[in-house]
Amino acid sequence: MSRSDWEVVIGLEVHAQLNTVSKIFSGASTAFGAEPNAQASAVDIALPGVLPVLNRGAVERAIRFGLAIDAKIAPKSIFARKNYFYPDLPKGYQISQFELPVVQGGTITIRVGEGDKAYEKSVQLTRAHLEEDAGKSLHEDFHGMSGIDLNRAGTPLLEIVSEPDMSSSAEAVAYAKTLHALVRWIDICDGNMQEGSFRCDANVSVRRPGGPLGTRREIKNLNSFRFLQQAIDYEVQWQIETLEDGGRIEQATVLFDPDSGETRMMRSKEDAHDYRYFPDPDLLPLVIDEAWIGRVRAGMPELPAAMKARFMAEFGLSAYDATTLTTSKELAAFFQATVDGAGAALAKTCANWVMGDLVARLNKAELELDASPVSAAQLAGLITRIADNTISNNIARKVFEALWNGEGATADAIIDAQGLRQVTDSGAIEALIDEVLAANQKSVEEFRAGKEKAFNALVGQVMKASRGKANPTQVNELLRTKLAG
Amino acid sequence: MLNASLKELASALDARQISSVELTSLFLQRIEALNLSLNAFITVDRDGALAAASAADASRAAGDAGPLTGIPIAHKDVFCTEGLLTSCGSKMLSNFVSPYDAHVVSLLRDAGTVLLGKTNMDEFAMGSSNENSFYGPARNPWNTGHVPGGSSGGSAVAVAARMSPVATGTDTGGSVRQPAAFCGITGIKPTYGLVSRFGMIAYASSLDQGGALGRSAEDCALLLSAMTGFDGRDSTSLDRPPADLSAELDQPLTGLRIGLPTEFFGPGMDDDVRAAVENALDEYRRLGAETVQVSLPNAKLAIPAYYVIAPAEASSNLSRFDGVRYGHRAAEYGDLADMYSKSRAQGFGAEVKRRILAGAYVLSHGYYDAYYLQAQKLRRLIADDFARAFAQCDVIAGPTAPTTAYAIGAKSDDPVQMYLGDIYTVAVNLAGLPAISLPAGSGAGGLPVGLQLIGNYFEEARLLAAAHGLQRVTDWHLRQPGDGQ
Repeated sequence: MSRSDWEVVIGLEVHAQLNTVSKIFSGASTAFGAEPNAQASAVDIALPGVLPVLNRGAVERAIRFGLAIDAKIAPKSIFARKNYFYPDLPKGYQISQFELPVVQGGTITIRVGEGDKAYEKSVQLTRAHLEEDAGKSLHEDFHGMSGIDLNRAGTPLLEIVSEPDMSSSAEAVAYAKTLHALVRWIDICDGNMQEGSFRCDANVSVRRPGGPLGTRREIKNLNSFRFLQQAIDYEVQWQIETLEDGGRIEQATVLFDPDSGETRMMRSKEDAHDYRYFPDPDLLPLVIDEAWIGRVRAGMPELPAAMKARFMAEFGLSAYDATTLTTSKELAAFFQATVDGAGAALAKTCANWVMGDLVARLNKAELELDASPVSAAQLAGLITRIADNTISNNIARKVFEALWNGEGATADAIIDAQGLRQVTDSGAIEALIDEVLAANQKSVEEFRAGKEKAFNALVGQVMKASRGKANPTQVNELLRTKLAG
Repeated sequence: MLNASLKELASALDARQISSVELTSLFLQRIEALNLSLNAFITVDRDGALAAASAADASRAAGDAGPLTGIPIAHKDVFCTEGLLTSCGSKMLSNFVSPYDAHVVSLLRDAGTVLLGKTNMDEFAMGSSNENSFYGPARNPWNTGHVPGGSSGGSAVAVAARMSPVATGTDTGGSVRQPAAFCGITGIKPTYGLVSRFGMIAYASSLDQGGALGRSAEDCALLLSAMTGFDGRDSTSLDRPPADLSAELDQPLTGLRIGLPTEFFGPGMDDDVRAAVENALDEYRRLGAETVQVSLPNAKLAIPAYYVIAPAEASSNLSRFDGVRYGHRAAEYGDLADMYSKSRAQGFGAEVKRRILAGAYVLSHGYYDAYYLQAQKLRRLIADDFARAFAQCDVIAGPTAPTTAYAIGAKSDDPVQMYLGDIYTVAVNLAGLPAISLPAGSGAGGLPVGLQLIGNYFEEARLLAAAHGLQRVTDWHLRQPGDGQ
């Protein structure tokens, strides 16, 4: 039996670290990278007698997320204690939300695949809830003992739980990437995956099409999209092979080993903790009224979906272009700024340049957009000069490279300094054509014999003679006239 | 001076009849003379007290003195005190010197009180006899073979034996009122949320409330006024305007409607207690109050509800005592689990272990609904009972405890019998109401009997006025145990 006889069912749980200045229940800083325990307050280390006080900023970020995915913001949600012992969990319980989470439901639309095979899909969210992170246990450098760093203890997390709506690793990655872009877009999470600001757990099962859901295994702590893909692919293959060999899948939590590319069991269902959840009596129910939601809504940026629709309506962009440009807040902002500089009439050219030359050049240099040596204003200046025929597309690429290398502050400065202004004087172009025709009689004859290719060769010669500066359209027209004449 | 009221002490200090240093020395001498036999204090801070007294004298000389400036005080060892051992009566914290002050401690320090030391208590405030202290039982000054009550036993003994003019306590199920009753003093537990729990080591968070112990309602009013006030570090702290509880002490009792719950006067109460309570009620009638029959039909469910909810919260609250960051850690252990289990097995006493086990049980999967949720429903029913009763009366009266102080060891092998001693007090905590216990006569063997008055929410002033009204025409609160020294 082949893999296609199985249906894959995937749900993701994502822990997004909220970018508040202080922790969710204490005033200690959340900044990454401090000396161990330098950012652990009395509350974070759970001294006797200390009490949690909820950070409003964390709640506002949860509300922002709920609004962004069109979810229900619970008018009343409850913080609960999840009880278990671990040295990096100072209170012996984690404050989380259990029965009544702050964000309920919601939808995220993903775009999967490339080109003609690309398709859109809606992923339903189950919930998103607020909770605190634990500290870190360090098992190296302590001579057989473990070190405990509580700087991360109490860092606010939003745990975002999807329905099992994804049916391939590609969909799971598309969902994770869309979610990653969204939390950065609405500025609730820095999305730094290396620092653990955005961590994915994947629940994976397989079943016969139309059959009952299979038993799932949860892959924990995937901190890159590549690992997410690899881990799911391995897990799916393993589950299918296990079932086809007559085995059974036991519910379990597994870890992905990036070195071997395999998943391995961390604990079985039998080992699962009884967390003895109960409402935290130190915290009142979290009450969010319409007024608070309204204030948060007023401060929301334009969301990707709305921006995509606007790009299509206002600028006449294709769905593909509009989707691509709104995959990240930075890209969308760069495009918008370019259009603002060049004018809405040139939006399509702006889109082509941003998605094409700019992104390609950034990829080649392995740079992020915010580190681009060419600013949106500079690009807009360049596009303006293409549109008004000051330069051709080919020359524009030269100017772009010059801007990239810092050879001038503006496209105009580079065009002037390097004499790249397009030649549109018909007389000058005709003179060039005459020279070229005289020197390429063979091509002329071939053209007259019906070889269209020869025409292109002649155009190329004229452009070369002008060092690329002749207006290509004019060259075409004048050359044809001359040859016909 | 040892028998003077706070008002009289303040006048004497104002009139320079005595300095705070002299007054403090007097009480320190008294502690030195009696503590060996009564075991009221776990820690005596002689140097700190004299330094604070000296500073208070300086403030007074500078014309900057409030009603409590220079007044010696003792804190129950459940309150964190910076730089002082804060043991909570437990071996687990027998090495814990708090790096910070509880809110109550800093309020009273700012009010100019002079901290004599930390008083004995049942371990983690779990107990009704003070026999569960790692430091050995405090002894009832009326009969040192008898218990002083608990858990604030040391505070009650300190006040009754004139080792401190007043003391703080905490009351989770009667822990201020019952020892006050057993020791012949006055003790008030305010409405839940009036006294910040920040720095008060948690037993059962939704029930714990700081309170005041003094020889009279007048003294309690002064002390409690200085202990209340909103604290942003406690999410359950109530933001209410500051109350001067002394202002309404002299309100006449004419027309005061005293509700007598049938359930508080049934079988189970000792005859000497009944006689004293009836006698006190007669006194109230003579003062112009009227008594009305009320009913608290669910009061009988208070003990089972309490012994589900309190242990549930305690099992989680005490998880932080794991030997990792502070407190007792076993000297020898194998792996992590062994370190936890040995440290906790050694650090906690039998009653604390019993409640942790009971609490973990009622929260565990499959039992939560049957126990914890059910108990929460009972809690609501009990609060509703009180609400109905307060539609008919202004305060509710009854015995504080069914017996007078019993002999040390009499009930220590029978936890259920011990728990039943809380029958009249725990319902108040479940409902979050304020209540006061005041001396109402003597029972067998000359042991004091306490009368409990329960008020509606925020009716502390009315309770104190009702208690003060009785204390103006009776002298039970002025009687003191013979020193026997």
